[in-house]
Amino acid sequence: MTVARFWREIPQRYNLVGTKCETCGSVFFPPRALCPHCRRDGKIVPYQCSGKGKVMTYSVIHSASDQYFDLKPYVLAIIELEEGTRVTSHVICEPDEVYIGMPVTSVFRVLDREGPDGVIHYGTKFVPDV
Amino acid sequence: MRDVAIIGAGITRFGERWTTSLRDLCTEAGIAAIEDANVTGEQIDAMFVGSMSAGRFIGQEHVGALVADYVGLGGDLHIPATRVEAACASGGLAFRQAVAAVSSGMSDVVVAAGVEKMTDVGDATDVLAGAADREWESFAGATFPGLYAMIACDYIHKYGLTREQLAQVAVKNHYHGARNPYAQFQNEITLSTVMNSTLVASPLRLFDCSPVSDGAAAVIVCPLDRAREFTDTPIKVLASAQAGDTIALHDRPDFSTLGATVAAGNSAFRQAKLERKDVDFVEVHDCFTIAELCAIEDLGFVPKGTAGKFTEEGQTQLGGKLPVNTSGGLKACGHPVGATGIKQIWEVVQQLRGEAGRRQVEGAEIGMTQNVGGTGATVVSHLFGRV
Repeated sequence: MTVARFWREIPQRYNLVGTKCETCGSVFFPPRALCPHCRRDGKIVPYQCSGKGKVMTYSVIHSASDQYFDLKPYVLAIIELEEGTRVTSHVICEPDEVYIGMPVTSVFRVLDREGPDGVIHYGTKFVPDV
Repeated sequence: MRDVAIIGAGITRFGERWTTSLRDLCTEAGIAAIEDANVTGEQIDAMFVGSMSAGRFIGQEHVGALVADYVGLGGDLHIPATRVEAACASGGLAFRQAVAAVSSGMSDVVVAAGVEKMTDVGDATDVLAGAADREWESFAGATFPGLYAMIACDYIHKYGLTREQLAQVAVKNHYHGARNPYAQFQNEITLSTVMNSTLVASPLRLFDCSPVSDGAAAVIVCPLDRAREFTDTPIKVLASAQAGDTIALHDRPDFSTLGATVAAGNSAFRQAKLERKDVDFVEVHDCFTIAELCAIEDLGFVPKGTAGKFTEEGQTQLGGKLPVNTSGGLKACGHPVGATGIKQIWEVVQQLRGEAGRRQVEGAEIGMTQNVGGTGATVVSHLFGRV
């Protein structure tokens, strides 16, 4: 991913800043610039998600793309944040630890490095909320 | 709107075609379709080519023009060729564009082709991940098997599918593939082959996944009332449906229901004025074993949560109540992504003409296809019948 492509979404990637439609109350993370329910009647404002949520479904990834090759096996999950929106992310735990309904909370982590001299991408992952 | 018929179909052997380039794959399938339809280049009005990602698989864009040129329709005849892309639904969507072109009266004789040359790239996993949301799924660590694995995890949690039922989808598709001379894998396998294969993304193992493949397929359509000029066995397009959904799996209300399959299926049956029981066989998008189970449920053939049992009983195998993927499906026939949607239609043509040999569905009158892009953000579905 190019520097600008990653950098333009740093508030979202680092701090889970999504958006909210003030018309219908829906929260969006990943952020949306247009409410799909209200469309042009919606009023979109930035919204800070709490980072608390639960695992809705998951998989342990054994065959990864080059980006996460060194991390395999890792736990991939769809997490429903307490605001009601859902996000795809890593859960940092043992593969046999994860279950549907597991409470999780967001953490700031290194995502990957573009080689020894390349850019380091940081972002959000999740850990069990105990 | 004019009725549309298929007058010819051609295909290449699917597989690891190391000695064959994208343009040569297309030429092989295109010539086969043109000979089958008994048309000349001068009679062809337009061409649509489905390709998911020639740009990343072989660094080639402008695939419509390239293919038209090398099948002899570009340089001398200047036939308009359009590339169509909707990830793994590119082929089905190219066919739908061809149907629309004929149905509307804009064109008379139109070629719909699909192609993918996947074995020339190292990290095919990353190219395929582009069918999902690159920024918020793939970059976050989701591989394509990983996304379907999360569909499977949700399905198992809700409906209690057994590992054997899931594996039976692959066993059945290899049984069919062993009867298709164009299939990538023409060997039968057992439940233990699937259940002892290496984990890719739990619960999905290697034999739950369709392979990386090279291949091409092409069909030719024209107005139904002209079809007899070219063939004694035209196949009528009874319905052409397409539906959309959110690009990301995480935005769906129910992960194990493909809303676009439900919508496209309902639309297709409405257009054709047919019931589910009228369909004799179906080609669905089994990119992973779980996808076939979701497909036959979401198309309305069996109630939600029962496709595993239906499969285990042998009802989706040749001789069962609803043969599914007699071509071998994506699992055994292979999955050159842009070609798959056209291959499904090619298989329907073989079956409805009664030319499917050892995998023939006896007395087949009505066939259906379901072609999925991504995890279901695009679904294209067609119904076909004998004339």
